[in-house]
This record gives sequence, C-alpha cells and structure tokens, in this order.
Amino acid sequence: MTYLRPSPRLWRCRQAQLATVGIPTAVAAAAVGALESTQVAVAGFLVAVAAIGTVAAVMHRRVLAWGYAERGDDLVVRRGVMVRRIAVVPYGRMQFLDVTAGPFERAFGLATVRLHTAAAASDARIPGLPAAEAARLRDRLAALGEARAAGL
Amino acid sequence: MSAELPGGWVRLHPLSPLAKGGRAVAFAFVVGGPPQLTHGTPPLPVLLMDLVIVALVVLGGVVSWLVTRWRVADGELQLETGLLRRESIRVPLVRVQAVDVVRPLVGRVLGISELRLVMAGSGNSKARLSFLPEQRAIEVRAELLAIGAGLAASTPEAPERPIASVPNGRLLASNLLNVQTIVIALFLTLTAVGGLLSSERMLPLLAAAIGGVFPLLHALVGRINAEFSFSISESPDGLRLHSGLLQTRHETIRPGRIQGVRLVEPLLWRAFGWCRLEVDVAQQRSQEAGAQSPGQLTRALLPVGRRDQVDELLQLVLPGAVLTAPAGSAVPTRAKRKAPLSYRWLATWHDDRFFAARTGRIQVKTVVVPFAKVQSIRLTQGPVQRRLDLVTLHVDTAGRHWSAAARDRDATEGHALLSSLPGHARAARTLASLG
Repeated sequence: MTYLRPSPRLWRCRQAQLATVGIPTAVAAAAVGALESTQVAVAGFLVAVAAIGTVAAVMHRRVLAWGYAERGDDLVVRRGVMVRRIAVVPYGRMQFLDVTAGPFERAFGLATVRLHTAAAASDARIPGLPAAEAARLRDRLAALGEARAAGL
Repeated sequence: MSAELPGGWVRLHPLSPLAKGGRAVAFAFVVGGPPQLTHGTPPLPVLLMDLVIVALVVLGGVVSWLVTRWRVADGELQLETGLLRRESIRVPLVRVQAVDVVRPLVGRVLGISELRLVMAGSGNSKARLSFLPEQRAIEVRAELLAIGAGLAASTPEAPERPIASVPNGRLLASNLLNVQTIVIALFLTLTAVGGLLSSERMLPLLAAAIGGVFPLLHALVGRINAEFSFSISESPDGLRLHSGLLQTRHETIRPGRIQGVRLVEPLLWRAFGWCRLEVDVAQQRSQEAGAQSPGQLTRALLPVGRRDQVDELLQLVLPGAVLTAPAGSAVPTRAKRKAPLSYRWLATWHDDRFFAARTGRIQVKTVVVPFAKVQSIRLTQGPVQRRLDLVTLHVDTAGRHWSAAARDRDATEGHALLSSLPGHARAARTLASLG
C-alpha cells in the first residue's frame, strides 16, 4: 500500500507557526536575562533557541509521518512519531466531512480534511493538503460515502 | 384526561408542572429553610421570598404545560413547546434506539411517568414526553415501538417472556463487595480512629471525610437505586429492562441496535462466580443536566449474575458470540514487560461476525463487538510497544461507553488483523443491510 503525503508546504507552514511563537519567546528570554547581565541574556537566548530547535525537529518528523491512502472501500490515515497510529475508516461509515483552513494554512494555500464517523474515537484527519487536492478528496469521499452509506 | 386539541394534538398530563417543579420547590425550601429553623419564628421576608419562588416555579410550569403539545403522525413523534422561543421537535420513529419509561419519586406519588426516546448521534435529547398518565405512557411506548418497527400503530404491546431477575440481596452484596465501597469503609474507619485519638477534631475530620468520599457514596447509592429489583424479559419488540428503587425505569432496547456488550468480572466477585453484563447502544452524549438520568451509568443487561445466566442472555442479544477466550488468543510473553498486571488477562479473538477483546488488571473486562457495527479500526504503537514489537488494535463502534481494544498484540499479527478486519466488517455490513 503506497501512502500519499501532505504537501511539502505543510512543513513550511509549521515553520511559520513555530517562528511566530518561537522568535518572541527567544527575544523575551534574552530581554529578561538582560536585566541580570549580558551573559545571562546570551544563555537565556541560547536555551530558548535550543528548545525551539528540538521542537522543530520533532515537528519535522511528525510532518513527514502523515500519510493517507484511498483504498477500494476505506480510507487509511497514518500519523505519529512517538505513538504511531494507523486508522482505517470505511467510506460507508462517514457521517460528515469538513474541510478547514486556519490563517497559517490559508497563507500557504493548504487545508485540513477531517472525516467524522458515529464513533467519537475514530479520528481521521489529513492536514496540509493543497486546496485543490483537499477539494478533490472531499468530493470523492462524499460521493463514495453516499454510495456506500450504511445504517448505524 | 389530557385535553384534545385540533389536529390530533394532545397536551401532557396536567400534573406535569408539579412533577417537574418538585425539584425546584424542594430546592427553594432547602435554601429558605435553615434561616427559619435557626431564628425560631420565620421572619416575614424569608417566608414571602419562598412563596414568590414557589409561585414563579408553578406559574412557569403551568405556562410551559399550556404551550406544549404532542402527537404521533407520519411515522414521527411531533412535539411543540416553548412560549417565547417556539420549538418544534420531530422524531422519526424508525431512528429510535430505545424507549424508556421513567417514573421519578414525585411521579410515582402522582401516578404519572415520563417517556424518553433514546436517539443516536450527539446533541440534546429533547425527545421526551414528561409527563403522561402511567397507563397511557405504556400504551404510547407500545405505539411508538410498533410504528418504529413498521407495524400498525394499534398493534398491542407485545407479550414479554421473563428471562432473568436479580435478587435484591445479591445486588446489595455485590455492591458491598466493590472496591469503591471498601475504599469508603476504609476511609471512614480511618477517620473515626483518627477522631478518637483527638476527640476535639472528631467532627471536622468526619465532615471532611464524608465530603471526600461523597462522590463515591453518591455513585454507590445511585447504582443501587437504579438497579434495585432488576428484571429483564424478552419480547418481539426488544429486550425489556425493569428496575429502580425510588425512581423506576422501564427500558426497551430494540434488537439490532446493540453496538456491543461487555462482561465485567471484578476481583471480589470471582469468588462467588458473579459477573456483570453491560450493553452499549448508540446514544446521545447527554451534556444537559445529567441529574435526570443516573449519571454515566452503563446499562446493565444483568447487574450481577452467574456465568450461565450471562451466557444465556448473550445468546439472545448476540447469537453466536463467545465470551471465553479460546486457545491461542493470548498475547506474546514479552508483553509481560509492558503490562505486568494485565498481562495474564489480555486476549483477543474473532469469528466472521464478532470481534472480542479482553483487558483488565483487577477487574476483567471482555468486550464483544458485532462486525456489522464497526465504525473504524485503528492501530496504535507507543514507544515501549515499538521496542517490544507490539501494537494495540482498537475497534470502534458508535457506542458511547467503550470500544474493543486488543492490547499488546504481536506487531505482525496486529498488521494482519488491520488488513483482514475491514473485510469482515464490510461483509457483515452488507449482510446486515440485506437482511
């Protein structure tokens, strides 16, 4: 089974998200340290940068871990680095679909497709799809879901 | 009794405001009461305030009764209510998962009951008729179930055949042999001992202790109240459950609506050979005032019983399902390092209709899920599991309380299951939609 992947722009989108949080944090760490002495300011800045670097590394691996495959009767979604998850959701079990795009995703022309079933636990979402691919997937899943709908 | 309106609309029972407001009136007296007791003669303002509160509650109830009407038409239960914000509720009876007749204490005194329709999906469960005369409630339930099953509305209530009942002595004993109860007892005993050592601190200590165990105590009393004089019978329109001490409840679970069953065997019950069989139906998550229903109680098909009773019941609800782990269903020995306590209970097995998984440390829980109800199948692998080459397989249903989780399977086996189970589920779904 070959998995399709989110757009490479997802990683850039995540970097932008991290930067908007990380840069002010690093600057604030340096500023607070500067009240004490220059060395403390430098140390604070370096610690913040190291923390951001670690988060970025984890994020990068997580971005790479996402994958999805449209099979004959079900959608398979793979995710996670520390805890790896694979979810198989039959098209016929789909209750509704939603496509969302936050401000960051919109800036990079991306969207998240989320599949809802009657079970709360089945969490099938695919982030970072290019808008056109998200629309295609949404229409295809909706059509398949309607064709194979099954009662509770 | 209930005034006929044009168009076949009917009002609820005229005493409904009283039963609905009973709680509020009691609350008003509790709030207003203590000052009266402490001051000897009640000061006039307090008394007046009480009267105003009671009058407002009663007035509100009467108005809400006046503007509420219902009828059964076009295969739907139609309910209209609200004075300022008019609400019109339509419940397609084919979609009803179960119908309950609930009789709270006040209702029992007044001889009226509430009818609750259990629906799938999420949102508020406003599909209820509160209240109807006792006899009428039973008739309406039969009517709703008959229409839901595609029969004529006038079909009389199907006869029921008793299957099992629980002696109250056994119910009480089983609840006392509960880890929670023992925690309560231990806690109170310790506090009493502590109080004896320093007698001037006795009262505050005791008060704190009771406050501490109150949630447990509340749950215990709630469970006994809900499952007292329990009996279950079979009828063509579903399984009928009757129970209750103060508030009685008559539920009907329609066949084919069951999302899964669970067998629970607590440590202390095993000596007596007792176990508990619970059932999960697709039900609304009730975020609204949970006070009406006894909290997150799972529906028991048998609150406490012998294993042979459980097996008999299981053959009625899920014919062919097996609750005993067959050979070869255990997890690999290396799982012991990840789950030392639950290792010896972990097991999973399936045939082409049911998936079963057993988990538990002190309490052994076996979940059986029909493949026809499966919503999704998930495989997860945490860091420790990855080192040991193990995976956990979740089989989700629309049930509200649990899903079947086959924990710590061998990774190769887990992936094989992940690719074979969707096929079983699809076949079962097709079969269910044909038949």
